[in-house]
Amino acid sequence: MQNRNDPNSKFSFSIQSITHSKGFSALGAALMAIILGLIFGFIVMLVSAPDNAISGFSYVVFGGLSRIGDVFYFATPILMTGLAVGFAFKMGLFNIGASGQYTMGMYFALYVSFMWDLPGGVHWIAAIVAGALGGMLFGLIPGIFKALLNVNEVITSIMFNYIGMYLVDMLIQGNAIMYSSTTTRTRYIPIDAQIPSLGIAGSNVNLGIILAVLIGIILFIVLQKTTFGYELKATGFNKYASDYAGMQGKRNIILTMAIAGGLAGIGGAFAILAPSAIPGSSMTYEPINIIAANGFNGIAVALLGHSHPIGIIFSSIFISHIQRGGTLTSLVGYKPEIIDVVIAVIIYFSAFAIIMNNALAKFVKTRLLKKNVVSDASDPDIKEAE
Amino acid sequence: MENYIVEMKNITKEFPGIIANDNITLNLKKGEVHALLGENGAGKSTLMSVLFGLYKAEKGEIRIHGEAVNINNPNDANAMGIGMVHQHFKLVEVFTVLENIILGVEPISKGFLDKSQARDKIIELSERYGLKVDPDSLIEDISVGMQQRVEIIKMLYRENEILIFDEPTAVLTPQEIKDLLQIMRGLAEEGKSILFITHKLNEIVAVADRCTVLRKGQCVGTVDVKDTTKEELSKMMVGRDISFSIEKGKRESGDVVLSVRNVTVASKIHKNNAVKNVSFDVRAGEIVCLAGIDGNGQTEFVSALTGLEKINDGTMHLCGQDITKASIRQRSIIGMSHIPEDRHKHGLILDYTLEENLILQRYWQPDFQKNGFIRFNEVRHYAENLIEKYDVRSSQGPVSIVRSMSGGNQQKAIIAREIDKKHELLVAVQPTRGLDVGAIEYVHKQLVDRRDAGKAVFLVSLELEEVMNVSDRILVIYEGEIVGELDPKETNMQELGLYMSGAKRNTDKEAQ
Repeated sequence: MQNRNDPNSKFSFSIQSITHSKGFSALGAALMAIILGLIFGFIVMLVSAPDNAISGFSYVVFGGLSRIGDVFYFATPILMTGLAVGFAFKMGLFNIGASGQYTMGMYFALYVSFMWDLPGGVHWIAAIVAGALGGMLFGLIPGIFKALLNVNEVITSIMFNYIGMYLVDMLIQGNAIMYSSTTTRTRYIPIDAQIPSLGIAGSNVNLGIILAVLIGIILFIVLQKTTFGYELKATGFNKYASDYAGMQGKRNIILTMAIAGGLAGIGGAFAILAPSAIPGSSMTYEPINIIAANGFNGIAVALLGHSHPIGIIFSSIFISHIQRGGTLTSLVGYKPEIIDVVIAVIIYFSAFAIIMNNALAKFVKTRLLKKNVVSDASDPDIKEAE
Repeated sequence: MENYIVEMKNITKEFPGIIANDNITLNLKKGEVHALLGENGAGKSTLMSVLFGLYKAEKGEIRIHGEAVNINNPNDANAMGIGMVHQHFKLVEVFTVLENIILGVEPISKGFLDKSQARDKIIELSERYGLKVDPDSLIEDISVGMQQRVEIIKMLYRENEILIFDEPTAVLTPQEIKDLLQIMRGLAEEGKSILFITHKLNEIVAVADRCTVLRKGQCVGTVDVKDTTKEELSKMMVGRDISFSIEKGKRESGDVVLSVRNVTVASKIHKNNAVKNVSFDVRAGEIVCLAGIDGNGQTEFVSALTGLEKINDGTMHLCGQDITKASIRQRSIIGMSHIPEDRHKHGLILDYTLEENLILQRYWQPDFQKNGFIRFNEVRHYAENLIEKYDVRSSQGPVSIVRSMSGGNQQKAIIAREIDKKHELLVAVQPTRGLDVGAIEYVHKQLVDRRDAGKAVFLVSLELEEVMNVSDRILVIYEGEIVGELDPKETNMQELGLYMSGAKRNTDKEAQ
């Protein structure tokens, strides 16, 4: 309060309010992590094949731009799983079970596509809703275990990744309408159950990405503007204080996990219901006992996006972008795995978000506020150092 | 030129955005007890941490025995004969007293630990300074007062000449405080030099020779204690006059608001019950204080009363309604406000803004939400009103992150929230813990104000002065039982202390 009377501090006050805002620091940390990750990736490329490093690196950074449709197409499922992880994380729950929820959602969507005979306009919508329900079921169960029996959600949701995967593989292989034993894959999905394409030539990009972005925005509104979001974040920040304020912690845990599961389930539905660029075909699923990687990529997306729904929209597109670029590096002789190394490093650095923040804030402060630091010292509300 | 053992000259220590110590000079004479007085955040602990090597000052120099020295870490400080008793003891709970004392300076003969040599030295020290300890007890089995004596012997064992006490009396009972002050005098007479951090004026008057007062990181001055008064010291510390006595008119108490019968609560730590068969009433317009030494069941009782924990047996009624099994929200609606013991753990969401914290108990009411959406304009308006009315200070008003606020203002925010909410009973648990004189005065005024407004106030306190000054009725709890009901006008601190330490108790009949 005293600061405001001090004419000298006006400048520092405004800059401080920007540098101290959460959005700025999260974005700053993410950008820093990305830059360091890319530099590290470049070094790895330089070491493994020095001659092609420059061209390979430019594929990583800019390659995605030439396939913008695919960037959005591949961003869709990881955007949803990213939201699934990030949303639960806002409440302090680590939903590592996005893979199982994603797989369940995919199965429910497949089931409605094949087994239900619905009119064209609603078939794909019904399949997506079914996907949400499937994911929700697999989020709900760890949520109930956590809320009522205090079983750690990490353990249950990891187990449910396996349960979901084996269960789905078993159910699909046992169903002759869905599964073709000659191709060892699911059959082609009826055309009216596929999500309408956005019509970009040579790409599978579809309405799913638009829906996913809308869902992200809705989540943002829920978190920021509603009493449920207020309770959820309060519980995530301080469980004891939320109990003290009479919030129903158990109900909220179950609800949050169910919503998170539903989000991942929608991701699974979006992935399997995507239209194929090749006429007469569709996406297929091969039951080969592998846990869906898109679930784990969701953790990376959520971390990079700081669990913030809008941040997750951008981080999923970014990760999809460099993944596309990464596959192009094979043109100059790199293994596409190089991009997984880069992504891993980016995630590694974004886990150091706080350190990055402080480093950045200090840099900004010393550069811009050198003269104004002293006037800040009159701030009476800094606690005595212990 | 006088002969000083420690000279801290023009010490300046900055933290990002704040100067914790601004050009402070402090000189310690050999053989004196030198008090360091200041509000929370005045920079006392920082200054002592600089002396003890925990922080490095940007400017200024430290001289010990007249020689300029560089203290980079506590080991350096130890080597120069500086010892410190921290507010929270640094003892290994599962080790014996003896093992704790020799930790780090273990006497070794032929490669093996030689305890007998250490034992002799400890017994000699303990007799010489009147520090009663049993070398073979485990730390976890002995009282807090004895643990503190172990800390003191630890310093003496290392032959420290300069002893720093960081708020040593905060955890002690009145009798233990008296003993400690005597011990400190004894140490000073033996030639030790003592720095005594405190914000309790009575203790300074009782024991200190000189006193240096800090305010907002600056040195206000050093005075001889015998030439000054409590009132002057407090004025130096706070910068304005402070009234020590709480103005409290007479008031007839009204209807029973809270009625507790035969409440028993299980302990989470041991097998016995933490609260045993507790019964009492609190009426409208009175402040009832539950007094006791920390750890005698107060925390468990309040958890049960406010609904954070279940009770094993008994009943509780609030405003005539049975709340024995009611949820926290139901209790809140019926009329319970709760200023919690641990404001960081329960009272606040530190990463939320001030305005978000101010609606923590009310966000679900129609005033602040419509169809599940929070009405942010109303929230802002409400928060601005409360901030103004209760003088909650922060750097950015309603949008300040609470974590960045000072402890006193955090507490004001909680008090504003709990008092402004509709309530009949205010449960205040150690509401002045860790606050400075100015903020304590404010809190006490608010409590008395509630009482005068005809509300029931249930205060839980460990501070004797607070118990005596604020309450209309005192219940003393010892080992989970109410051992006495006292009238503050007819009792004194000594008697209260005896009840609190279990040395005296009413018969069960009287206690009911």
